[in-house]
Order: sequence, then structure tokens, then C-alpha cells
Amino acid sequence: MTDTIDRSGTSGATPESEVLDRLVVRFAGDSGDGMQLTGDRFTSVSASFGNDLSTLPDFPAEIRAPAGTVNGVSSFQVHISDHDITTPGDEPNVLVAMNPAALKADLHRLEMGGTLIINEDAFDERNLEKAEYESNPLDDGTISGYRVIKVPMTSMTKDACEPLGVKPRDAERSKNFFALGLVSFMYTRPIQPTLDWIEQKFSKNEQVAAANAAALKAGFHFGETTEQVGHRYEVRPASLPPGEYTSITGNTALAWGLVAAGQLAKLPVTLGSYPITPASDILHELSRHKHFGIRTVQAEDEIAAAGMALGAAYAGHLGVTTTSGPGLALKSETISLATAIELPMLIIDIQRGGPSTGLPTKTEAADLNLALYGRHGEAPLPVVASYTPAQCFHAAIEAVRIALKYRTPVILLSDGYLANGSEPWLIPEIDSLPDISVPFQTEFNGTDGDGNPTYLPYLRDPDTLARPWAIPGTPGLMHRVGGLEKSDETGNVNYTPANHQLMGDLRQAKLDRIASDYPATEVHGDADADICLLTWGSTYAAVHAAWQRQRRAGHQLAWIHLTHLSPLPNDLGDLLRKFPKVLVPELNRGQLCNVVRGKYLVDAKSVSKMSGLPFRTAEIEAAIEEART
Amino acid sequence: MSDTAVNLTTKKDWASDQEVRWCPGCGDYGILQAVQQLMPDLGVTPENTVFISGIGCSSRFPYYMNTYGMHSIHGRAPAIATGLKVARPDLDVWVITGDGDGLSIGGNHLIHALRRNVNLTILLFNNRIYGLTKGQFSPTSELGKVTKSTPFGSIDPPFNPLAIAIGAEASFVARTHDLDRQHMMSIFKAAHDHQGASFVEIYQNCNVFNDGQFSEVTKRSVRDEMMIDLVQGEKILFGAERQRGVMMGSDGFLKLVDVADVGIDKILVHDRYAPHPSLAAALARLSHDDHSPTPFGIFRETERPEYAGAVSAQVAAASERNGPGDLGALLRSNGTWSVA
Repeated sequence: MTDTIDRSGTSGATPESEVLDRLVVRFAGDSGDGMQLTGDRFTSVSASFGNDLSTLPDFPAEIRAPAGTVNGVSSFQVHISDHDITTPGDEPNVLVAMNPAALKADLHRLEMGGTLIINEDAFDERNLEKAEYESNPLDDGTISGYRVIKVPMTSMTKDACEPLGVKPRDAERSKNFFALGLVSFMYTRPIQPTLDWIEQKFSKNEQVAAANAAALKAGFHFGETTEQVGHRYEVRPASLPPGEYTSITGNTALAWGLVAAGQLAKLPVTLGSYPITPASDILHELSRHKHFGIRTVQAEDEIAAAGMALGAAYAGHLGVTTTSGPGLALKSETISLATAIELPMLIIDIQRGGPSTGLPTKTEAADLNLALYGRHGEAPLPVVASYTPAQCFHAAIEAVRIALKYRTPVILLSDGYLANGSEPWLIPEIDSLPDISVPFQTEFNGTDGDGNPTYLPYLRDPDTLARPWAIPGTPGLMHRVGGLEKSDETGNVNYTPANHQLMGDLRQAKLDRIASDYPATEVHGDADADICLLTWGSTYAAVHAAWQRQRRAGHQLAWIHLTHLSPLPNDLGDLLRKFPKVLVPELNRGQLCNVVRGKYLVDAKSVSKMSGLPFRTAEIEAAIEEART
Repeated sequence: MSDTAVNLTTKKDWASDQEVRWCPGCGDYGILQAVQQLMPDLGVTPENTVFISGIGCSSRFPYYMNTYGMHSIHGRAPAIATGLKVARPDLDVWVITGDGDGLSIGGNHLIHALRRNVNLTILLFNNRIYGLTKGQFSPTSELGKVTKSTPFGSIDPPFNPLAIAIGAEASFVARTHDLDRQHMMSIFKAAHDHQGASFVEIYQNCNVFNDGQFSEVTKRSVRDEMMIDLVQGEKILFGAERQRGVMMGSDGFLKLVDVADVGIDKILVHDRYAPHPSLAAALARLSHDDHSPTPFGIFRETERPEYAGAVSAQVAAASERNGPGDLGALLRSNGTWSVA
């Protein structure tokens, strides 16, 4: 799909449509109803129409949770707007409920007076019972506060597919496209791009393609003919910077960032990975791009995956391993070895709700402590955190840059919200990306006790304190690395007290030097405000929105967002101490907050959320307002 | 082909400048000597050779080889070596492990390296004891073994390393012992030359914590009666007069017999290349302790696709199909739109 989508002619706007500046739609149905696909298509069409947008897929951990139950509800929320936005929206304006369970799970999210689109065919006795409704919510006043559009989607989809010879049971599976067609009409989204997409996606199964297309058109035409819909709405394109855009999820951006990092470093990428939600998509994506010289191994376990990355790093490749929290715990011993033998390696943790298996498909940012401290002995390493879906691309390159320059394992933190969420991305010019390549050692760099030229594997660069990287196959530079404490310079096993003190000091000093690469820390907003927000990771989205709203409302407010969590920026302590109040919103119990309290002795306050969902803008604003009083 | 290949190196070229620090009398010295003496005959160079080990007495091995090497993490050497070999199939990669390292903490990695058939030469030093931690039973220790952690005798039944390797679909499986340098060298050479994962169990004496474990089989005075030499294409015979042999009974089980009792025609012929692993598996299980006749040599050697080569082949095929990677095109592969 390299074709450029042509924006001309994609607008379905009509003269009688009313203009909205933003719209939040939530598609909710059973796990098997195709809600993720439906939301994804609505997003894609809106993106190519030129809206700014942000998405929040929200689905159960079970592949097919019991059909019709609240536990089995799968939702996709998308926020589209004519201006710059970062969050998927606090309250949907529109809720599409494909069954009673979806209504039960998500009605409380819908704004009062919002639009509720219901597949009334699904509200039979059996489904009501599965959703544990004692009476039918369509009749008992449950939905009286909303603008309700009841549509027999299942039967209308079956009718639309009947002339195609599709069996009713198969036709029923296309009802998500009926819903998409109806919503597309109501909000003036064109359906042609999706019709084209269906033709391509289901090219191997013409009947399925025909059924989906028929359902989509039927939904759209139903909107045109029914009086329930009333007038239509549209959200105009946002005034985004000019250029070529694509819609991208965090995991795709990370995978592409790794491809780019390999190219920019002039190194082949070798990925060792064990399947784990929500990180597996990176393994899938990289496995498709072997023509970039990428090698992927689905390892036997998380430990092996890290070991493979380390083995590849010793061999001179860009060694990468991807995982989520439980896997990061398992990789800990290998990461410690990588800090000891000082080899570049990238460990990517797509955080999810924990502890243990926890909430595999929900988001959380509670692995910061594990990333910062989760090793035995003193094993300091750099930690980088991505903060928007598209920014994952640049975060991957930055993490690899540090790993290569300083010969160190680097942990890159993302999370489930970034992984699956998407946004429009202004595709960067390849030439604008940094050269992050480093030379291999190919010559002797010292002399041995007898005065003969030799290779000293731990003779450090005086600026970075990085050790040389000589790879197998290089004549004369044979050397051994290992977990035992080694001598500075020679790398020979050395247990003496003074040497262990020195090597520990050097490992820390090397980490500390990384901060000298950072640009000055940016304080957004009012440098003399009473309150400064301090954030890292995906909390960026809600805090950005809240910070904007507060300032538009006339409040002074400062905000610092961190991408480097270890080492922290050298100027951070002085910056934070200037503010009487520092608020640290995190999807954990205050992990960064405790770090800055301990390191800088500032009275930072944690704003904590641990529900498996990202912050809502309103929650951040409430915390700011509370701090102000 | 050591008689025709030009030796680029001598034994001395393969020894590092590090002092060897195993206990005096340890069987590991003999294995190190065998490997260092063999290397010049393999036609390989130190710079293209990598030794990866885990943790344990045997895993100090890489420090003593003047090659590239990594003394890694307990049990993880096969995984690290797999990553190394996948990245660089051009390198000669050896894995040094022990019964605790390879069969206990690292059992998972060992079986998967064998299953994938990564072209690694894996030497497992089996001394049936934890030496570096000063004498606990290992996963190959016999039932009832009294150690510091089993003062009333071990209640853990032991693993049979060769049976595990064969069960894990290893394409090369052999056994040798630390007292016979020539035998070790011939087995190591065959293991090295094999294209795929080679697994060699070495009976290795720990003279400090488990002295004499194998001596009823391997000491010179009993070898003729207790060691069964597996020779390709020949009848499996042993004994000073080759008067004893291995035959398959009518019940389907292998048994040790006097040739005079059954006739030479009943004695099995060894075929390490047999496509089916059943004979190799039966031979691996012929001896259940260290007090009865035990087969040595190459049990199994089969050809099947090698893993790192297959990874490279997919990379090459993708490059052939799609041309070299174009980053700009990749970033546009999900569809784009323009904002003017």
C-alpha cells in the first residue's frame, strides 16, 4: 500500500452538515464483533481527511472471552479534531453499542446528552441475561438522558447480503461494517477508501469482501434515509504542518525506529523476542522486513531472547530484545551481564498492568523502578521513555544511539497505550535523521607487560568512558569477556578490592556522562509559575491537554517532560527547585516522584492512577486545581 | 582431514596468557589440552573462533583459549551462542557447559539449541556433581547420593544427557571421557565438522567432590570390559577378546551378550547415520549406572537444515525478492496523505 491517498474528493461533507471542532467516537461490541477493525478504519479515513487524531483501543486479555458478557467487550475510542490534540478524549460524544454488554460496559463513559447508536437486534433476552441486565435498558429509562438511535443492524446487514448468496450466519459477521457505514454518514466520512481497502484486504475471499462492502453501503444509505439521524456533522481538517503524513501506532513506530536505527548505525539488527502482550507486534513487524538485513528469532523464553540479543551484540550486530514487564524481570540477569561486559544492547519494555500477568491488554507505567534498579549489584544503565505513538520512532533511534556510543545496554520504556494507540505522523526526511554509527576496533591499542602490541578491551575513550568494540573475526584482537570482575584496561579476571572499587566507579561515571549529550531541559509554559508538572512516558498526552486548557483559562503553569530517565538531565534539580509545587502524574504509585524527591530533595507530589487506563485530561486538571488551592 | 590440511596454527597459538585455575588433578585440564591440541588440525583460525560458556568449573574454559570468548550466565550459553551464530554464521562457535549448567538451570536453552540445530559444538562436562558451589548433587547424580544438600541421600532421579539430546532431536550425539586425549580429539573433530548442533558428553572426573565417579568404567585396567567402542559400520563388540557384544532381544530391548552364546550374526552393527533415532536412543540407555559396560563414540549423526543458515537464507531471499531495504518506502508503506 505505497499509494498516496488523495485528499481531493475524499470529503463527504455536505452543505447541510454542521461543523464540530472535535469529536470522540467509541465503538463497543463483543470481542468477535470486529470493533478494533471498525475503529481503525474510521481512524484511517479521518487521518487521510486531514484531521488530527488520537486513538485508544481497549480490549480484553482473552482472545474470545465468553460471547455477550461484559468481560468480553472490546472497544475502540477515537478522537478526531480540527486542531492539535494528544489524547483519545475523556468522554465520548458518540457511543456505538453492538450488544447489551457493550452498553453496560461503556454507557457510563458517554457524555450526558451524547449520541448512542444501538444495534437493537442484539437486545434479546439471552444477551440481556448474559450482560446481567434485569430489565431491557432500551425500555427502562437507562438511556433516557441520551440521543438514541436504535437500528436493527444485524437483520439489515443480513438483508443487504442476501442477494449475494451469503449465508445469514456469515452475513451477520459484517454488521460492524454496517455500523461503520452509518457512523460514516452521520459524521461525513467518505466510504470509498474503506470500500477500496475491503477489496484489497479480502481479495482472497470475494464473498466476504462483497458482504462487507454491501454492509458498509447499507449502513451509509440507512443514514441517508432514516429520519432518526437528522442532520449530519463534520470535523474539518486540522491545520497541521505541511508535508506527507501517515497514521502510525506506537509499536509500528518502534519497529520502524529499529529498522531506521540499524540503517543509521550501519549495523544489521538481530532481534531475540518471546511473544508477550503488548510487545509481540514489534516482533511481527520486524519479521516482515528481512530485506533490511534484519534477523528475528522467536526464542524459547524471555531469558534466551535477551541472551540472543547479547550474543548478537558481541558479534557486532545491533542486538535487541522486546518484552513487557514480566519478561523484563526475567531478562534482568542478562542485562546485568551486559552492563558488566559493556556491550551495546537494546531492551524494549512495553509496559502493561501488573504485577504478574496483571492486566496484559491494559496500560500502566509501573516498570520504571524495575528499569532503573532491577538488577543485582550496582549495574547502572540508561533508561529512555517514549511519549507519543509516533515519537516511539525517534525514541528507538535515541536509545540505540546511547547504547552504541557508550557500549551499554539501554532500556526503552513504552506502554500498552502508546503501543496500540495511533496518531498522524509527519514522515521525517531520512536525511534529517542522525548518523549514530560507531567504529569497531580493528587495531592494537596498547602494549602488554613485555612491551608487545596488544588489545586492551577495557581501555576507555577518555570522553565517553566507552570501551572499544572489537568483534570476532578481527585478527589479533581475540579477547574474552565475562561476568567475573575484570581489570580496567586488560579485562583480565581481577578480584582485588581496589580494582572492584575502580570498575564500579567507572561504570557509574560512564552512565553519568551520557547526560552531557542532552539538550537543555525545556520548561513549557510559565517559568515563574507556582506549579510545575513533571512527566514521563504516555502521560504526556493528558498532561499536554490539561496544561493547554489551564493556560488558556488564564492560569500560570509550567511543565517539564522527561525522555531520559537515567541518567536524569544535569539541569533538572535546579529547575525543579525553583517551583514551590511540583506535581508528578504517573500511571504508578509515584515512582518518578520518589526518584526526584530522593535525588533533589524537592517536595514533589505524586498524582497516581492505577486503573489500567490512561489519565483523563480532567483528572490532571483536577489535580492541578487542588494543588492551586 | 588433518593429514592433508595445512595447519595454519600450532597448539601454542590457541592457549591464552591466563593462568589455568582449576583444582590440581581436575579432569578439565585433560579436556583443555585435547581441545588446544586439536584446534590446529581443524583448519580454523583463533580470530574466527568463539567459545561461549555458562557458569561452573567447566565454564572457566573460554578464559584459557586464545580466541574470542564469553564467560556468560549460568545456563544461558546456548542462547547467547545462538544469537552470536545467527548474527555471524561465518564464525566457529563452541559452547562449554556442565551437567548443572546445561541440564539444570540451562536445560531449556540446551534442548532448544539442539532442536533448532544451530551449528554449535556443545561440550558438556559431566562430573555428576556441583563443583564450583562445593559439592551438591547435580541433575546427573545417582539416586541416593549423599552430598551437603542431601545428607540422607538424593531422592532426585538423574537425567541421561544423551537421551535428552536425542529426544531434543540433536543431529550429532557423542560421548567421550577425560582420560583419553586421542578419543576426545577424534570426537571433538567429528563434532566440529558436523553441520548442525553437535552434542558431546564428556565423562569428567571431579577429584575434589566426586572423585572416581567413572573409574569403574574408564580406568585403564577395566576399559576393555567396561567401555563399548561404537565404530561406524562395525559390529558392536567389546571385551579384551571382543568376546562380548550388543544384540536386540526378541522383546525389542538391547542386551549385552556373549558372542559365543548367540553367534556373531546376532550382534548389532552400529550405524550412527541411521535416519531413525531409535537405535541411538537405545544405545544411550544401555548403561544405567557407572558400574556396567557403557558405550562411547558417536551415537548419532544426521543431516538436517542448520538454523543460522536458514535465517540467513530467509534474509537473502527477502533481499532478492524486495531489493535492499528502502527506509523512505517503509515509512510510507501503510498509506500516506499530504497536507499542503
